[in-house]
Order: sequence, then structure tokens, then C-alpha cells
Amino acid sequence: MDASLFSSMLFATVVAGTPLIIVALGLLVSEKAGVLNLGAEGMMAMGAVAAFAVTHHSGNPWLGVLAGMFAAMAVALIFGFLTLTLQANQVAAGLALSIFGVGLSAFIGKPFESIALPAVPAIRIPFIADLPLIGEALYNQQALVYLSWALFWAVVWFLYRSRAGLVLRAVGESPASAHAIGHPVIRIRYLAVLFGGAMAGIGGAFLSVFYTPMWVEGMVAGRGWIALALVVFATWRPLRVMIGAYLFGGVMITQLFIQGSGMQLDFPAQFLSSLPYWATIIVLVVISRNVNTIRLNSPVSLGKPYRAEG
Amino acid sequence: MTQPIPPAASTPPRLVLKDIRKVYPSVVANDGVNLEVTPGEIHAVLGENGAGKSTLMKIIYGVTRPSSGEMHWEGKAVTVDSPAHARELGIGMVFQHFSLFETLTVVENVALALPGKPDLGELAQRIEEVSKRYGLPVDPRRHVHALSVGERQRVEIVRCLLQNPRLLIMDEPTSVLTPQAVRKLFETLRQLAAEGCSILYISHKLDEIQALCHTATVLRGGRVTGHCQPAEETPASMARLMIGKDLPVCEHGSSHSAGEIRLRLAGLSHATADPFATDLRDIHLDVHAGEIVGIAGVSGNGQQELLRAISGEEPLAEKFPVQILGVESGRMNPGQRRKLGMCFVPEERLGRGAVPGMSLADNAILTAAKSQHFVSGGFLAFWRARAFAENCIQAFSVKCGGASAAAKSLSGGNLQKFIMGREILQAPKLLVCAQPTWGVDVGAAAFIRQSLIDLRNRGCAVLVISEELDELFEICDRIAVIAKGRLSPPRPAAETTVEDIGVWMSGLWPGSELGEPHATPSAEVSHAPA
Amino acid sequence: MLRLEPRAEASRLMSYLSPVLAAALTLIAGMAVFSALGKDPIEGLRLFLLSPVKDLYGVSELLLKATPLMLCAIGLAVGFRANVWNIGAEGQFMLGTVGATGVALYFQESDSGLILPAMVVAGAVAGAAWAAIPALLKTKFNANEILVSLMLVYVAQLFVSWLVFGPWKDPDGFNFPQTAMFGDSALLPILIEGTRLHAGFIIALTALVAGYAFMNRSYTGFKMRVAGEAADAARYAGFSANRMIWIGLLTGGAAAGIAGMSEVAGPMGQLTDKVNLGYGFAAIIVAFVGRLNPFGILLASLLMALLFLGGEQVQQYMNLPSSISMVFQGLLLFFLLGSDVFIHYRLSFSRATA
Repeated sequence: MDASLFSSMLFATVVAGTPLIIVALGLLVSEKAGVLNLGAEGMMAMGAVAAFAVTHHSGNPWLGVLAGMFAAMAVALIFGFLTLTLQANQVAAGLALSIFGVGLSAFIGKPFESIALPAVPAIRIPFIADLPLIGEALYNQQALVYLSWALFWAVVWFLYRSRAGLVLRAVGESPASAHAIGHPVIRIRYLAVLFGGAMAGIGGAFLSVFYTPMWVEGMVAGRGWIALALVVFATWRPLRVMIGAYLFGGVMITQLFIQGSGMQLDFPAQFLSSLPYWATIIVLVVISRNVNTIRLNSPVSLGKPYRAEG
Repeated sequence: MTQPIPPAASTPPRLVLKDIRKVYPSVVANDGVNLEVTPGEIHAVLGENGAGKSTLMKIIYGVTRPSSGEMHWEGKAVTVDSPAHARELGIGMVFQHFSLFETLTVVENVALALPGKPDLGELAQRIEEVSKRYGLPVDPRRHVHALSVGERQRVEIVRCLLQNPRLLIMDEPTSVLTPQAVRKLFETLRQLAAEGCSILYISHKLDEIQALCHTATVLRGGRVTGHCQPAEETPASMARLMIGKDLPVCEHGSSHSAGEIRLRLAGLSHATADPFATDLRDIHLDVHAGEIVGIAGVSGNGQQELLRAISGEEPLAEKFPVQILGVESGRMNPGQRRKLGMCFVPEERLGRGAVPGMSLADNAILTAAKSQHFVSGGFLAFWRARAFAENCIQAFSVKCGGASAAAKSLSGGNLQKFIMGREILQAPKLLVCAQPTWGVDVGAAAFIRQSLIDLRNRGCAVLVISEELDELFEICDRIAVIAKGRLSPPRPAAETTVEDIGVWMSGLWPGSELGEPHATPSAEVSHAPA
Repeated sequence: MLRLEPRAEASRLMSYLSPVLAAALTLIAGMAVFSALGKDPIEGLRLFLLSPVKDLYGVSELLLKATPLMLCAIGLAVGFRANVWNIGAEGQFMLGTVGATGVALYFQESDSGLILPAMVVAGAVAGAAWAAIPALLKTKFNANEILVSLMLVYVAQLFVSWLVFGPWKDPDGFNFPQTAMFGDSALLPILIEGTRLHAGFIIALTALVAGYAFMNRSYTGFKMRVAGEAADAARYAGFSANRMIWIGLLTGGAAAGIAGMSEVAGPMGQLTDKVNLGYGFAAIIVAFVGRLNPFGILLASLLMALLFLGGEQVQQYMNLPSSISMVFQGLLLFFLLGSDVFIHYRLSFSRATA
């Protein structure tokens, strides 16, 4: 493979992995607090459509990102109200959120179909962008790519270095104990759910405003679910989320490059397109087969409703 | 035993409760409770399960709000709205079911309960100081899941002491300790009291209260039934205050000559997949027809794992280590083992022994479907299950709303009677029973113990695993001890003492790998994987 | 202060009233949505709820739409009762269409009466085989069935697309992504002359009855209920968790496969790349709203079918995107989950204890 092909594939891989990193880190934080939100797909869809609409009307992609973030937080709040205040089953409420978010985004997005947004220029970091091979791919990127790296460090610092992160992990492990020593379990879980929503919204905004600057119904295409799988794959550790997201990005990009290369393969395009989904399944199998790693790393109270007595 | 001396009561009381009342939808947990604790006093709150002790303590500690009533702290009326607030006032609490986080270290656990942002290195040092001063050895850097139950309790106590409490609440602290460890704990508590800290000591164990406490308040059915000075009472007189009548006594009957072997554990070893569990090592035991064998031990030493291996909930890789009625059944599932004539009463009643939301009739189907012929052609004959459940309710005097009542609507004692009845009415040849009277009121406990003895007298082989030594000595013919996943040889109950068994509970029995018994400080067993 | 207070026992009445309450709240929310869009809310509701069923043909269309929903939902309910979360019915549905289409195309010239039964079997087997993947991965490798079954939806979609763009494309179809029309012997008979309602509806009703017998009367159904409500109790009783997973997923897959068969052998008459209309996802809502109970599923599938038809109506007469029906479906499930809180809790007005 020649250097320019490598560079452009690396570039595309980073871009493809970025929304997954952002969304999966958000989900990771809410799962660390014990909340399993299967509505990622719906939250991303809401983020994507809101970001597109606002960017289209205002011409400012950053307003769009904010709008996407708030739209996803709004639907995450519905989820939080159902599961945290009303004690609804988290799996069912998450599914409902996915169906609702995908439906509502399709409804809102109807007038925006077949409109394209102007591409947002990349930000070139002086000097290191001139590095051979990787410079162009890594340091001449969209701002949100850099944001995803910052987010990674922020999440690591928050979870393992800050007191608030310690409290959050404690809530995820044993809400009853956390309550007994006086931590506001429900409030902390609300905040975690909202953070997960905000990240899913930004991830969705990245898709519709930066990645492919247009709105198509169903454009999230399972990335929300893949992000959920990534958190399991990463056994709830941020660094592995990052690695996993780029691996997935790589799989997505490789199949696109092969399809686009015009190579005469005796292999239907649809089969190549299904590779990321198969990859998700295989990764789940590989990680889940060791019950111990899951047991040792997953937040103990994940998915279980909690209600403070009193 | 040092005679407790009530402290001088010249200072204003540290804590006063007036007319505390707490109402839950289905039950009045506390009603008109008055209580007074002076500085330096060790005050017992005595009552049987369900008397409202734990609710009262949660109210003092701000976990639960009272429906009405007043609380005065050092002379001032206060409303404690959260545990954090309670700690600010100077109230600390050690919970019966610990409020620790297993995947975090000791120092992280302590930090979570302290206000502000303590520096972890400095905090670790303070933990070591306090633990040295009060004889409570803890290593601040270890993860909690690697600690024994006794060590966990020490972490809880140290966590409280770091905040210099003026009132320490201990909720049933000795249920997880060996008799020797209990004595060490009492020394620590006396030292604290001598320094002026008040202690509220919750228990249903009369001998402990006599040994430790200056004064006692007795609760029954959520109400105060008396105040007393334990030193001047007898266990019998306190029991009368606690349950309103004399303690029931079981009729043991004469021990039968041992019959055929119904359960044989022949070198049972099992390493579980669960990293938090205890591995079983080379366990040998025979249980004969017509005898009750008891297994004592501090919780977390392999009891759960042993029970799962015997019941078939966790089948083994090999057949021979578990032999039920002469059949090598190590690889059988619970249903197949039941078919051989074994019945099993698990420790958790709701969620394992019974499905909480299902009716008693449906819960009868759970284990009795095959033996009582509820199934024909793949379909269920619900009327047969109902008749069986009704029979069980009557025979074991289960207080409930009939066979259609949901399992979770029953009190702990009545549900345990139902589960016990469901298993016994299937006429087992071997009954395995875990914590038969845990959390059960005194009347039901006596009934259950008597049923076990009657079952033995009818020729059934019975294996009981319990953490209550008194209970084992009351009903068992032979007693063995489990420690660190190993089982001691059984000894006839009549030829041994609570004291001996207590030493064995540390893993020190003649011929054990840990050697002959000798004085070891903090002799207890970690249930961390080796 | 208004607060929730736990009930001593779960309220049976509320568990039946809750779906009704949820439907009523969805109506109110629907009217709010129409007003917000500047449409007459009463007219909107009329279009949505009444106009689809104003005549016999409308009713037959309602039953036609309800057929695949019923089939998918009853299959899912079997698994859901045991906490087996198969959410890939959409993919299993598509595999069912593929299986049935394969038979229909292979025997295109034949007029044997055995073709239809063979298509039913092929649809069921194909759907079950697709569901067997998550079952196998769950039982052997502990892989989460939610994510695996869902990923397979996307794969199934691509698979169907490959078939109708590639090997199965109708040579006389002007290059449209679709197969040839099925022969008459591969089409389900019409039940009412002049409508599209077909024999698949009878199959669906039969499935509901069979589902009732299995879930509420059989020993295996009892075991699955126990596994769903208390996994430890099921283990204690000796019910194999793996068997529950297999039964749950295979039943769900087979039922969704038959639903797929009844679509291609019913109203469509061929396989196209637009075969997935969201029945598999909507069936999740149907199963929940129907309380995992066959009779409830019957009612819920009619309600859901109405939402689908209503979406088409408002698209036609109000110029609103038909995806509005998905919004209402999501709202319905939200409201249901919210109303369910009253099964275990009641509202009480309590004075703050200060």
C-alpha cells in the first residue's frame, strides 16, 4: 500500500471512529453509575437531526452541535424520568427511546432530506500536521476529533482521579450502600444519564454536520448499538473504548475503500457492508466468553432499578 | 466477665427519642418509641426479628424519616435528614449488611463517607493510626472484595471512628464473628465507651447483651415493652420482655442409632468460576438416615458453594464427589437429584426458595411438580398444586391469605414455614437446609427446629448449615465446621462445646492444614481466592 | 407533597388499566402534536383513528396489518416472559420472507397444494435459524442477545438487498430490485372477497391460542415464567437456563419467520428490498402493551395496526410524514412504562415531615 493511501485510510478511520468514541464514552459513564441506556440509537438520531436543522437555519455548525446535544439530552431526560423516578425497566425504556428517537428524527427530518450542508473546514495543527504518514491523518482533522481525545482524558480523570468519579462508581456498584452513607443516588444517576445523552447528541451531530453533511432517515445506521457493544467490548475501560472505536472505524473504512477502489472482487457489496455488524458480533463473543472479565469489570448494579426507602 | 458499670448520669443525655412512629404501607414499624442514651453508655436495643430495631436505627442515622416523633441530640431538637447530616452531628453507624463497595479499596471506601476531598495517602495513614489505637487491624490499600467478613466489619468501624463519633450504632455486629472475635470486639467497644462515646448496640442475643451493655430498651412489635439493666436480669426474664412469653424449647427426643448413608461427600473439591467465591477443597462427610448433621462456620467460608454443589445448582465436573442415596450424582441437575429423594431449603427465601410475585400454589409447583404429579402430558394440573399448597399451609400453620397469596406478601417466618413444609411434605429421604431460622421470629424458629427434629425421628437424613451456633447445638447430633472452603471432621454435639467449635471456625482443628489450635491474634479466615 | 408510596401488593387492576391509560395519554399527546403542527387536532385524530376503519375494506386492512404484528409479538412474548430479550424480530421476519420466497420461486411452475405449507415451514425455519445465532452465542459464549439479534437485523437487510438486486432479481422486472411475482399456488387464499385479508390472519389467531396454551398452561411455559421473574429460583428448581434461551429465541424467530412468509405470500406477492416495514420493532411494543398476554396482544396489535394505517392517512390528507406513526408508537410505549409505576406504587399526598 502506498503512503498516500495509508494516510487517507488512517484519516478516514479516525473520522469514522470519532462518533463511536464520543457516544461510547458517554454510555460508559452512565453505565458506571449503574444505568443501562439502550436508547443510544434514538438519542444519536435526535442529535443528528437537531444539529442538521439548526446548522441549516443558522449556518453555524457549532450552534448545530449544541442543538444536537440538547435534543439528545431532552430525550435522555425522558428515559431518566421513566427509569429513575418511575422505576421502569431499563431495557424496555431504552428500546422505547430508540424507537421513539428514530421515529421522531425521521418525522422532523422529512423537510431536510436532499439538502446538503457546506463542509466544515478542518483545523490544521501547525508543525505536527507536517509529520510524514500520520501528520495529515491525525492533525488536520475536524475539531470534534480533537474534542473526542480531550473527552477521553476528561473521562479518565473524572472516573479515576476525582472524588465525584469515585462517588459515581460507588453508586454503580451498590446504590443501597451509597445511599446509606449519604450520597444522592438518584440525582447522580440523572446526571450520568444526561451526560450519556449529551455525548450521544454530539456523536449524532458529528454524523449529520461533519461526517456526511446531510440528513437521511436512518443515517445513524446502528452506530448507537455498536457504541453499546463497544462499552462491553472495552469491559468498561475508557482506553479500550478508544481502541475499539478505531478498530471499528477501520473495519467500516476498509470495506468502503474496497468497494470504492473498483477492484473486481467476486464479492457482493452488501456482504462487505455487513462486515461492521459481523465484527460487532464477533467482538461481543470474544469478550463475553470469559465470564470473569465481565463480572469483575461490569458495574454491579447495571440495569437494576433502585429506589431509596424513606 | 467484667461487671458493666453504668456511667454517672450527671451530664445531659446524648440522645433522646420521643414518641417515634414510623408507618410503612403494610406495617407499623415503630410506634411511640422513647429512648434515652447518656454519654459513655452502652445501650442495648433488644428485640426479635421484625420488632422494629433496624428501622429505629435508620431513623436515628437519617436513612429513613420517621412519620412522627421528636429527636433530641445533646439537648437540642434535631431533624436528621441524611446520613451525612447524622455524621456531622457525630453519629456513626455500622450496618448489619455492610455498606462497603467491593471493587474499591479500603481507603477509597473510607473516603466516600468523609466530607470534602480527603487526600488518599494521608487518609491511609490516619486509618492505620486509628486501627492501631483500637486494636482493629486493617490494611488501607487492599480491595474490599479480598477481605473476610470480620475484616470488612473492622473497616466499617474504623470508617466511623475516623469521624470521632459521639454515638456509635452497631446493628447485629456479632452475627459474622467467631466467639473469640466477639470478645475482641467487646474490648474495643468498652474502650470507646470509657472514652465517652455512647454506643447503641442492636441485638437479639441475650448473653451478649448481658456481657456488654449497661442498659437495655426492649422492643416488641414496634413498641417499647420495657427498660432494664441487663446485669440484673436473667436471660429468661429478658426473653419474656422480648417475646412476651417464655422461650419455647424443642423436644429433642432420643438420638437414634445411625442408619444407612444417605449423603456422602467423597473428596469434594470445586473451583468456582466466580472470582468472589470460595473454592471448596477435599470435603468429606457422611450423613446417615435418622441423624441431623450441622455445619457451622463464619459466613463466606464456602457455605454457599458447598450448598450449590450438593443441591446441583452448580453441577460438578465429576460424578463421585457427591453421592445421594448411593448414586454418584455430582453431574446431575437439581431436578435429577430431587428425583433421588433429596429436598433442599436454600438460604434466600425470596427469589430463590420462592418466586416473590407468584402465588403459594404456583410456588408449590416450583419443586414439587414431579414428585407430586402436577404435570400430565406436558400440561399443569393447577388444582393439584393448589390442594398441595393448602395442605402445606395447614400442616405448617402458615399465616397467609390462602394459596393464592403472593409469596412476597408473607412474613419471613411464615414464608420459611411454607418452603420448609413444601420440602418436608414431599417425604424426602435426605433434606439439606441452609440457615433454617435466619431472620425468623422466635415462635416460627422453634416450630421449624422441631419440624427438623421430627423429620429426623421419622428416619430422614438431615444436613443443616447455619451460622447460629446455638441453633446447631440445639438440634444436631453431630457438628462439623467449614472454614476457608475446607470441612472439619464432624464431632458428636454432646461431646463438644461452643468454645471448641469457635476455635475450629478459624480453620484450626486437629489435623487441619493450618495446624493444631494455638493462640493466633485475629484468628479468622479470609474468603479471598488464594 | 405529592409522592409515590409502594403498595403492599402489586395491583392486578392497574396492570390491566395501565395499557388503557397509556393509550389515552397517547391520544392526548397526539392531539397536542397535531396542534403544535398547526393542524386541527380533532381532524387529525379522526383521520388517524376513525377514517382507516370507516368501512369493511378498512377493517379488513386493519386485520391485514395486525396479522404480522400479532405473529411477531406472540413469539417475542414467549421469550420476554423468560427475560430473553430478542429484539431482532425484524431480521427474523426478513429471513422468513427469504425462506418462503425461495420455495415459491423454486416451485414457480408447480400448482401443488403443498407449496403453501412448505412456504410456511421454510419461513419458520429460516426465521428460527436466524434467531438461533444469538441463542447459540448467548448459551455458548454468554454474548448479549439484545446486541447480537439487533446487529443481525442490519445484516438481514443487506442480505435481502443482495438477493433482490442480484441472484433473485426478476429478469423481466425492468431492473427493479424485486423478484418475480409468485404463482397462484404460492399465494395465501383471500378470506373475504374484494379485500386483501388472507389466511395468514387465521394462522396468527391460531398462534395466539397456541401461545396461550403454552405460556399459561404448560409446564415449560411455567418454567419460563419462573426464569423471567427470578433466575435464582429457576436454577434452584433445576430449570435449565439455556433451554429457556433456546425456546425463547427459536419461538420468536419462527413466529417472525411465519409473519414474513405471510407478507410475501399475502399482500406483496413477491420479495422486494422494501419488505421490512418495521413490524418486527413495532411487535416489541405490541408485546409490552399487550402485557405479554395473548389476548392483550390481540388488542394491542389492532391498536398498533391502526397507528400504521393512520400514519398513511395523515400523510395522504394532511401532508405529514408517515413516520409520525413511529412517533406515536414510541410515545405509547413511554406512556405504558410510565403508567406501569402505578402497579407497584400509588400516589399519596403526604405532609412533609419537617
